[in-house]
Amino acid sequence: MRAVSLLTRMAIDTSRTTISAPPDPWPRKKAMELGPRDRLSQAFWHEQKKARTVKTAYGDVVHLDIRHLGEKKIEERLPRVRELATTYCGVDPVRAPIPVRPVVHYFMGGIHTDIESATLVAGLFACGECACVSINGANRLGSNSLSELLVFGAFAGRNAAALATSHPLPREALAVSLARAAQARIRTLFEREGGEESTSRLRKLMTHTMETGAGIYRTRESLEETCELLTQLRDRYDRLQLEDRSNVFNTDLIQALELGSMLEVAQAIAHSALRREESRGSHQRLDYPERDDSNFLKHSLAFYRGTEPPDIDYCDVTITRSKPGKRVYGDGVP
Amino acid sequence: MSDTVLLSITRYDPEKHSKPVFQSYTVPYHEDWVVLDALNYIKDNLDGTLTFRWSCHMAVCGSCGMMINGEPKLLCNAFLRDYQDKTIKVEPLDGFPIERDLVVVIDSFMGKLASVKPYLIAKEERALSEGEYLQTPAQLAVFKPYTQCINCLLCYAACPQTKLNEDFIGPAALALAHRYNLDTRDGGKNARAETVTSNEGIWECTFVGACSKVCPKHVDPAAAIQQTKISASVDWFKSLLQGSRS
Repeated sequence: MRAVSLLTRMAIDTSRTTISAPPDPWPRKKAMELGPRDRLSQAFWHEQKKARTVKTAYGDVVHLDIRHLGEKKIEERLPRVRELATTYCGVDPVRAPIPVRPVVHYFMGGIHTDIESATLVAGLFACGECACVSINGANRLGSNSLSELLVFGAFAGRNAAALATSHPLPREALAVSLARAAQARIRTLFEREGGEESTSRLRKLMTHTMETGAGIYRTRESLEETCELLTQLRDRYDRLQLEDRSNVFNTDLIQALELGSMLEVAQAIAHSALRREESRGSHQRLDYPERDDSNFLKHSLAFYRGTEPPDIDYCDVTITRSKPGKRVYGDGVP
Repeated sequence: MSDTVLLSITRYDPEKHSKPVFQSYTVPYHEDWVVLDALNYIKDNLDGTLTFRWSCHMAVCGSCGMMINGEPKLLCNAFLRDYQDKTIKVEPLDGFPIERDLVVVIDSFMGKLASVKPYLIAKEERALSEGEYLQTPAQLAVFKPYTQCINCLLCYAACPQTKLNEDFIGPAALALAHRYNLDTRDGGKNARAETVTSNEGIWECTFVGACSKVCPKHVDPAAAIQQTKISASVDWFKSLLQGSRS
């Protein structure tokens, strides 16, 4: 599915066959066809509401037409796109439009770090997709994930090494007791009997409610429903029983641990989105369609509260060169 | 055509089995499913203990290399429709010790990979203020195909020589060494030669070419190794002429 999200970065054509033709010359630079991924996903959502998308076994799609580039340019610039479309969709983009749809592709928030990759927990550094240095604003631009990883990965590595070499090793007894506590938490899950829940079932329910309630467009109603269901899912997670009890390469255990973390992250997303009564970047509320700088020009911070849903707080945004503004592409036609 | 598919899959848990056994599973048939979809169906619906590596599902990460009906393949790149009315036999990659079910131990390869120094060793160190290391599209084109390797190890499973000499550096690692040797920004050829032209390096290759046939990314390691042999021979003669065989 990731293939499809890469494709949506390029010229997506939801218009030419189903909507009245846009003015010539087309495509034009800086027009909606070259708009970023979140705007294209939103355009897809609107087309779907108007029943102008194409039904397939894997959900609705629109057609991405890159035939005007010609075989030579496609082979030179987009060989992997061509190969993926040919292999997995049976569509050669030189000859036919590619079916595409929005998918979840990247997590833009993450563990709050400063510009030196340090988190609020002393000695813990984070970088890459798990971290949030807050350089991306409300919507990450394509490829910034890579430079973010390289730049802040270097900070994290150097700072962690400097900290480790300038501090004495922890007392062995303390380290062992912390390791035992961590292991005990995993053992509880590992050895639980009589639990009636499975990882795959809970994971499916989680992804479904995140897609419908906290997806491309959100409302108070949809987010409240998702928050409620996530609370139930976390409760059910405590009754999860593993099928695999092997101590060797146990992917059943890994998937269960990942699900536990995903449920907490999902709650952080849904609860902060519910409180953010505005639309900004990739966060779009149908009930609050405008950006509200007086109340929400802030980062949302979610704090862990054990089995309870997270506490949501805010911190200021550091703005340097790029000021928040209206994003308009082409004629501003959505 | 049948609406289900039968898979026969290697199972091995060192805590339970003394040697690998096969277990059969029946899964729904879908025209556009790959074998990885079938394995994930099994893991989610039939048997959560089935163990295999995978990540991207689009032939980019290189995690899901296995033997499918005896051939090295990526699970995400092998379609059920190509095995119609046959049992699909899924086994771990040939030539590697099994850790659990379809998961193999790849430590030996990781060591070989590191030994060829698969990274740019700058010809001359430059200060940041001196700007980028430039390269023309033509210079890039010379080695670009060799950058496509995803370390899936299908070439090691296909190569007869890796079975005869387990220390043979092998196709993927030697192709990567070649990739960096060909890079105009790189000055590490001599540093790599120690491994590349050693007894376990290029001269162990008998040019069967099986590696290039199974490569899902069209890297052609066989060509890389033959080119390295020529280049190493030229270097050797040059050093003879200069009277400095070192």
